[in-house]
Amino acid sequence: MTAAPAKPARKSRFDMPAILAWGIVVLVVIGLFSPVFKPDISVMEVPRLAIAASILAIAGVRYELGFMRNWFGDLALGVITAIAATFLLGTIAHHAGEAGLGYWALVAATWASAWLFVERLASWKSATPLFNRLINLAIPALFGITILVLWQAVVTGFAIPKVLLPAPSEIWLRLTSSGSILWADFRQTFMKAVLFGYAAGCASGFLIAILVDRIPFLRRGLLPIGNLVSALPIVGVAPIMVMWFGFDWPSKAAVVIIMTFFPMLVNTVSGLAASDAMQRDLMRTYAAGYWQTLFKLRLPMAMPFIFNALKINSTLALIGAIVAEFFGTPIVGMGFRISTEVGRMNVDMVWAEIAVAALAGSVFYGVVALIERAVTFWHPSIRG
Amino acid sequence: MNQAATAAADASAKPVIDIEKLSLTFQTNDGPVHALSEIELKIEEGDFVSFIGPSGCGKTTLLRVIADLEQPTAGSISVNGLTPHEARLKRAYGYVFQAAALYPWRTIAGNIALPLEIMGLSKAEQQQRIARNMELVNLAGFEKKFPWQLSGGMQQRASIARALSVEPDLLLMDEPFGALDEIVRDHLNEQLLQLWAKTNKTVVFVTHSIPEAVFLSTKIVVLCPRPGRIYDVIESDLPRDRTLDVRETPEFLKIAHRVREGLRAGHSYDD
Amino acid sequence: MTTDTAISPPRNLSPFAGLMRGTAGPVILVVAVIFAIWYLAAVLLNTPFQEGIYERAGQTDVPISQLITDTLAQERPVLPAPHQVVEEIYKTTVLKKITSKRSLIFHTGITLSSTMLGFVIGTVLGILLAIGIVHSRVLDKSLMPWVISSQTIPILAIAPMIIVVLNAVGISGLLPKAMISTYLSFFPVTVGMVKGLRSPEIIHLDLMHTYSASRAQTFWKLRFPYAVPYLFTSMKIGIAASLVGAIVGELPTGAVAGLGARLLAGSYYGQTVQIWSALIMAALLAGSLVGIVGMIEKLTLKRMGMAR
Repeated sequence: MTAAPAKPARKSRFDMPAILAWGIVVLVVIGLFSPVFKPDISVMEVPRLAIAASILAIAGVRYELGFMRNWFGDLALGVITAIAATFLLGTIAHHAGEAGLGYWALVAATWASAWLFVERLASWKSATPLFNRLINLAIPALFGITILVLWQAVVTGFAIPKVLLPAPSEIWLRLTSSGSILWADFRQTFMKAVLFGYAAGCASGFLIAILVDRIPFLRRGLLPIGNLVSALPIVGVAPIMVMWFGFDWPSKAAVVIIMTFFPMLVNTVSGLAASDAMQRDLMRTYAAGYWQTLFKLRLPMAMPFIFNALKINSTLALIGAIVAEFFGTPIVGMGFRISTEVGRMNVDMVWAEIAVAALAGSVFYGVVALIERAVTFWHPSIRG
Repeated sequence: MNQAATAAADASAKPVIDIEKLSLTFQTNDGPVHALSEIELKIEEGDFVSFIGPSGCGKTTLLRVIADLEQPTAGSISVNGLTPHEARLKRAYGYVFQAAALYPWRTIAGNIALPLEIMGLSKAEQQQRIARNMELVNLAGFEKKFPWQLSGGMQQRASIARALSVEPDLLLMDEPFGALDEIVRDHLNEQLLQLWAKTNKTVVFVTHSIPEAVFLSTKIVVLCPRPGRIYDVIESDLPRDRTLDVRETPEFLKIAHRVREGLRAGHSYDD
Repeated sequence: MTTDTAISPPRNLSPFAGLMRGTAGPVILVVAVIFAIWYLAAVLLNTPFQEGIYERAGQTDVPISQLITDTLAQERPVLPAPHQVVEEIYKTTVLKKITSKRSLIFHTGITLSSTMLGFVIGTVLGILLAIGIVHSRVLDKSLMPWVISSQTIPILAIAPMIIVVLNAVGISGLLPKAMISTYLSFFPVTVGMVKGLRSPEIIHLDLMHTYSASRAQTFWKLRFPYAVPYLFTSMKIGIAASLVGAIVGELPTGAVAGLGARLLAGSYYGQTVQIWSALIMAALLAGSLVGIVGMIEKLTLKRMGMAR
């Protein structure tokens, strides 16, 4: 029975929501008694901030007193946080660089309340798996939005020069206004160099792996080298490829091919070795031939490994193509745009390009991962 | 047809498995290991033979030699009058492993179809055999399930159905129920006996459970280790159709006693 | 059962057969074949340019042996021959003072220092983040998806911008490059450590629970030892990524110093031999860095009794 009191004691030590709720209240109080904007504007002179401060205070106190600790209360908390964030961003837009202690206290209070909201969301339990999945998507999404809001508030609040770090709103403006340039760059880099190089690199890595597997001598000789090469900074071949294949996309595709080849080779070879002795004996008792064993046992068994390589390569391909463009391109392409716009200090364009690259990379990865789920549905890591 | 008939006549005259002076030595880094030494054994058609012995006695190795999964270093062995290699190429036996070894990416029906695809049978023939053998192991209705959706006992039954689908006269089973709990094992033992009675196949069965060996077998081969050799061969006089109750009879206990004595004697100088 | 005892192969037929059975023989042979192909390719790729020279000089029917030696000795070949690269590396390492701007060791040192700085910061950061993620459900649910999806983002593309922007505000030198290395090495470490810290089996965690161990005790006595092998695996990935980050980070600094700068300068002036020697140097550096981490891994795991 001695262990019983230990538990609640530990609970109270780590009661994050309570700390957060207290934090909200304290921060709002600080916000009320310090100037929000320079030179000396208080909360009460900015109606929207006054509203934000009061609803945040209500949320904090309400949680502390234990009212509405249910799903409705949590939703209310979410709405309050959203309203406060909107007002905070809306007011700072007119006072760029003039934010005072009070403003930052309110920003911190909003952050704490967003955290508290996520804390509450994470503890929600539901019987339906769909709902759980939605929650698991919503939490990281909220985290991302919180980061964006903080980013926006900090950049405008401190009037950080655009050259150093543009605000998300400026990047968004660029994304929407320079659509045609971004699209042309995307087509040049992603749809030509990346996709072609990825397909050719993965396919050749796979075929060589089959060959290597068939000839044990090659496996012993080539595999250690392949493993070594996987650790090398292969992007370094980019200048050579640019010299050999010219400035246009084929040289970038060549870099991508070299970068994706080795992970595929190494992973496929180890995947082909993944079947256990009993399964190979089973095929032997059926007097199955090499190709029958390959197609019916070893390739399906190797699929998780192959998809691992496909996923790694989806990232490597994009990196390879963009970095290769630093060594010379025609006047289009994502890497080209990044390096030239950096030179002109058009940092918002660079960020827009990075946003496109990030989106393309994530979607590419996501598509490969979806195919993986469909193909290796039987694997313990996927069937859950 | 004619050929088949003569082959059948031959088989009835000759033992299904004939092992003479068979030895197998593994070369390991710690020197040679005599896994099998001077094995002499004949298995007749329709027999249910169990190999029993402590770990390291070579019972699994002997079964693997019959299946052409290991090559003997001396002596001779014939399976249906052929070498094990020829017999394997003719798919003369079905082999059931310690684990079900079902492919997780195939449904149960797909798993049973695996050897049939390799043999190149027609789709219709495959369907027929799948249905027949799933019925035989009481798995009808589970065709569309994946192995990982089934219990261990059902998985092992599916793997037996897979071995039977080749329609061999000889079934080699390597501790097929070793990983299952005793209640499931009893149940499967009973089902296996019924199956054997229905199909009249020759079964070679490796186990380390004395009750299992005595309950199932018409002939019990007791092996002992270092070097792996046959210590005793016990012909069971229990009736061919038995139920689990037979385990309470004095005859059963007498055979079990003899097996235990054999195991103890073979093991005595070893620890 | 006994059947999985290692079966040794039958006695060797010849010493050559014995050599080919291990890994060393095949690797040496494959490397030899690669060199042979390299030489062949160098001759073939450099021939058109050499023929142009002959044509301009009015030389006809040059003997094939002359052609081969000439193609392997061009000043700016399309593909330099291995011996040219070795010669260049020798010239720029042994024959140059380390402080000289033309010394490859000087440039390697620059790249190495930012690699190591970035790697150390990245590893520490990655471990701390992993500890946070394992112990906090909110961090796990909100941060972990971003850590994973950040790996799908070609973060290396930001490298030039970070350098230029930080230069613009007066931060230059080691730190900006190290930041890129940090960024690249920190994700593999986080992901590997989270996996490692979660790898103890439930039964072991339950055991700690029966002792009423505190979180810190469970961490130091159970989770951390379990995570060490994962940590080393991800550190090997991390240090390789760190080097790539440092090299790419050197690209936009106007080709001042470092292996990346050598690559860029070489590509500006068509100095292929210089590119190749920088590339080989980078490969050697990567190989030895990963090798050193691997050796520390072996020693540590041996001391912890986990060596396989």
